[in-house]
Amino acid sequence: MANGTTDHAVHPSEAEGVAREPLVLNNRSYSWITERICGIVENRQPLGWWFLFVPSAMLACLLVGTLVYLVSTGVGVWGNNQPVAWGWAIVNFVFWIGIGHAGTLISAILFLTRQKWRTSVNRAAEAMTLFAVVCAGIYPGFHVGRFWMVWFLAPVPNSNAIWQNFKSPLLWDVFAVSTYFTVSVIFWYIGLIPDLATLRDRAKTKVRKMAYGFFALGWRGGNRQWQHYEMAYLLLAALSTPLVLSVHSVVSFDFATSVIPGWHTTIFPPYFVAGAIFGGFAMVLTLMLPCRLIYGLQDMFTLKHIDNMAKIILLTGTIVGYAYIMELFISWYGANKFESDAFFLRILNGPYAKYYYCMFFCNVIAPQIFWFQWARHNLWVVFIVANFVNAGMWFERFVIIPTSISVDFLPGQWGIYHPSITEKLMFCGTFGLFMTLFLLFLRFLPVIAIAEVKGVLPQADPHFPDWQKIKEGRRQQRASEAG
Amino acid sequence: MSTTATSTKQPFGIVAEFDSASDLYHAAEKVRDAGFKRWDVHTPFPIHGMDQAMGMKKSWLSAVVLCGGVTGFVTALILQFFTQVNLYPTIVQGKPTNLNTVPAFFPVTFELTILFSAFSVLFGLLIFILLPRWNHPLFESSLFKKFSDDGFMLVIESKDPKFRAENTQEFLESIGAKTTEVVDG
Repeated sequence: MANGTTDHAVHPSEAEGVAREPLVLNNRSYSWITERICGIVENRQPLGWWFLFVPSAMLACLLVGTLVYLVSTGVGVWGNNQPVAWGWAIVNFVFWIGIGHAGTLISAILFLTRQKWRTSVNRAAEAMTLFAVVCAGIYPGFHVGRFWMVWFLAPVPNSNAIWQNFKSPLLWDVFAVSTYFTVSVIFWYIGLIPDLATLRDRAKTKVRKMAYGFFALGWRGGNRQWQHYEMAYLLLAALSTPLVLSVHSVVSFDFATSVIPGWHTTIFPPYFVAGAIFGGFAMVLTLMLPCRLIYGLQDMFTLKHIDNMAKIILLTGTIVGYAYIMELFISWYGANKFESDAFFLRILNGPYAKYYYCMFFCNVIAPQIFWFQWARHNLWVVFIVANFVNAGMWFERFVIIPTSISVDFLPGQWGIYHPSITEKLMFCGTFGLFMTLFLLFLRFLPVIAIAEVKGVLPQADPHFPDWQKIKEGRRQQRASEAG
Repeated sequence: MSTTATSTKQPFGIVAEFDSASDLYHAAEKVRDAGFKRWDVHTPFPIHGMDQAMGMKKSWLSAVVLCGGVTGFVTALILQFFTQVNLYPTIVQGKPTNLNTVPAFFPVTFELTILFSAFSVLFGLLIFILLPRWNHPLFESSLFKKFSDDGFMLVIESKDPKFRAENTQEFLESIGAKTTEVVDG
């Protein structure tokens, strides 16, 4: 640059040549952001919302129906039996809990690493997390067989004076998933308080004023409140970061601490965590791409955001691919007969080999297109690849769970598992529940964190006019030099 | 409430609206230097560096959370070891509870530490910011309402020892307030 040392006085984001892409496009004002996001909640829903909501709500009713049938008849209506005692119930549990990982990753890890682009996506991703964990929780709850005895999982004294086996990974799972859900709710709610206050102050009807006002807790946005609020947010981010890594690690312990070939591997915790982030981001994109178009959020949820998320999918997908290949390598290199046979059956000769290739294509090969910028910027490509990943992550859990237990040590105890129609309908039902909850969230709560997005606008910086002056001065200097 | 009662009543304070985050930031520095104590700025989002501009110290919420985390850690240890060693030892697959099996107790200990910490963040925060409080004199001000949209507000309370109704209003206008309003108590 021409005027050497004086350039150091320029804020990096304002220096020419290295200027970053703005996080909110078209120089939007604070009130535009309020208007656009609150408008979604305050105005009538577009037709597209109803087109999605009605079938989703019907599917959610189907879920209730299958659960009533299950409880009134018994878990025998599912297809799992010996030796495959963990069928779709556990596949779907791991699938949903995995999806629930992107939300906290975006809120916590990207917050600690000061990734400001997270502000446009964190609210929706956190909501998605909660709803995915709700769907996940249904499965182990009913898989215990007698749903009304599920309180035996809680460490409370019971009439037999028996306490839980705290050395069991299944009990660790109870603690991990319930803690994860609770902490995610707290994180989500604390983030919502200032935005609920915005909705309260804009409310026209008494019901809205009461409802939003109640949950806004009387927020006044004073800096003496913001000071503690920001500290609370930072602390929750710091607590959630190890938590999000622990939850899927603990889920993977359900498998890794057993002795079943195909499950008993030390690579499981990092492999599961990478897979969960991978699948979670794919689901965020699947939900947010249509949402962004329907509600006109393109200025806040920009191509930059989609590009970043596609890159994370590429990275985590490649880590998952590494894990797949490393599992195969170790099964050969480890020279354990049972282990190598398990993988031989898994990929070549077993009953479920075709699923392995579906998984490998969807999770490892399909995301590789994100090496190219045109693919990351083409919304159709992103949407289709995200859905490949959604499907691929389900196949991954299927490949891990039934294939390992259907063909373990002795051929005499081998057995094939097929899901029953009830299981299939129930899985569709959880999608209905998930979508219903997400659509209701869109209808009643701000889908983008209003206060946080305002905070990343350039004019939110108290030194913004100073940067403007410096920039203007340099522009004039250059003009006079040229003239 | 009779009119005489309201007229003799002390107002809650003065709300002043500023144009931008930057104006409010510089105004806050001046209010701090003028020696006011009971005042605050109300903004749609937290403004970076405002704590220093207002002369505020670090939030000690972290100390509360540390206590919460330690409580969770100790609770988890008691829950697991007291029940497993004293109340009803469960020996599954020949694994007793002793120093060799301690790693098996890590996950639950970790999760409860996080859980108790998170609850102490929530309740600590509510205590520190004195919420919930659904009724507040500031909600009666129509000017104040803009804080949650795009208003940058500075409020000086009448309880401040330096508060003098006329002078304070003039002072706020002299440091760049766009509009001011006296809020009833």
